[in-house]
Amino acid sequence: MPEDVSLPIAEEFEPRIVAFFCNWCTYTASDLAGTSRMTYAPNTRVIRVMCSGRIDPQFILAALRGGADGVLLGGCHPGDCHYQAGNYKCLRRYRLLKRLLAQMGIEEQRVRLEWIAASEGDRVQKVTNEMVEQIRKLGPLNLEHIPAPDVDVDAEEPLAAAAEGAVS
Amino acid sequence: MSKPKAGFYWCASCGGCEESVVDLAEDILGVVDAIDFVFFPVAMDFKRQDVEAMEDDEMTVCFINGAIRTSEQREMAELLRRKSLFLIAYGSCSYLGGIPGLANLYSREQIMQFVYHDSPSTANPEGNRPQTAFKAPEGDLELPSLDREVKTLDQVVDVDYYIPGCAPPTALLKAAVEALLSGELPPKGSVLAPDKALCEDCPRIDTKPDEPLITAFKRPWEIEIDHEKCLLAQGLLCLGPATRTGCDHVCINGNMPCTGCMGPVSRVRDHGTAILSALASLIDSNDEKEIEDMLDGIPDPAGTFYRYGLPHSTLFAKCGITHGNGEV
Repeated sequence: MPEDVSLPIAEEFEPRIVAFFCNWCTYTASDLAGTSRMTYAPNTRVIRVMCSGRIDPQFILAALRGGADGVLLGGCHPGDCHYQAGNYKCLRRYRLLKRLLAQMGIEEQRVRLEWIAASEGDRVQKVTNEMVEQIRKLGPLNLEHIPAPDVDVDAEEPLAAAAEGAVS
Repeated sequence: MSKPKAGFYWCASCGGCEESVVDLAEDILGVVDAIDFVFFPVAMDFKRQDVEAMEDDEMTVCFINGAIRTSEQREMAELLRRKSLFLIAYGSCSYLGGIPGLANLYSREQIMQFVYHDSPSTANPEGNRPQTAFKAPEGDLELPSLDREVKTLDQVVDVDYYIPGCAPPTALLKAAVEALLSGELPPKGSVLAPDKALCEDCPRIDTKPDEPLITAFKRPWEIEIDHEKCLLAQGLLCLGPATRTGCDHVCINGNMPCTGCMGPVSRVRDHGTAILSALASLIDSNDEKEIEDMLDGIPDPAGTFYRYGLPHSTLFAKCGITHGNGEV
């Protein structure tokens, strides 16, 4: 019997991850991973920024709202910032943003900050693969379609599943 | 020539916006001389049928305050949009979602469950819930339903201008009325308030250090607040760096930090994370543990940073409250 090639392979969930990498360390590391011919999951769209301190939390929300299932931030190790303090500012913002995102019902693993030095191409490989697998397990975020069109709904309509799923 | 007609309507709001009209004091006489209020349910006896009987665009301007939460509010917004040449989102709720917008942190079912069953002050032994239809002896009644989430006015109908504030400062209302009467209007979609941050014209700006490094976040009741010093420099969560000015600094002058009711300046898409970014970068520590300890001083980031604008924010609502075509 011929193999059924119509199996919905394309419909299988592939995580979309937006990565903001700093020019001096993590982006250079991802270049190194490439020139070293390391293979890793192709699910990240890398955006190069001059410094992790340039990553406005608004960018992260915009990525999630725009269809990303996760956002990966990469900067220089503490003490190594090309601009002295950019990565520390990134760290402080990230920590507070994580608290906000938890309240907004966005799972912990969807936004991740990693310090990756220019020489750590293997770390780009490892972190990317790890994150893709974690998000594959979580499933899609699906924020593109909010706010939803209004429908008149009966006040008595049971929404128990929502109550269960959304308890903070 | 007859006077231009105006309407003033409320949706999910507290009545503070109407209060801001009353705050015009004697100036209201000039407004009433110049325009005819043809719909103003809080203050005058007009009915929905009076609006339905109007020609399209018959009202020169209609101010709508309050967020949109029910089917009735949606219908009224659509009706008033048809009947008005200019529709103005008046106040934080209408423009950004406002305090009622924080309900987007909970699903409709959670809200119903709490309000009709679980709240400590609820006595509802029969477990009654609101109905959208009711058979009364006089006939069948149809009642509005609660939407799944709170929306801003412009998420429901096309809006021409926005007047921010909770409640909007009377100076902004006066300036808007004058602009409408003179016909000298800014581009459609403008927020009718100065487009700069509160800090820029704050009376305490001279005491704001270049890097006001925060060692501990304080809540107003925890400290004796200095009357002259920058509130951020005192560790208070003042939202001035990312919030629009135009409020005459009423909170600052009352020695209280800005809570962000005027919303973001035009270059900011997400007010909450803009202020989050500004505040977090001022934390005086590079140590993860220390940073975490300091952040415990902000017990409710969503409620603090999105106090007046969750529905307007990038995320709109808590994830899982609303999804896809409205199905949860």
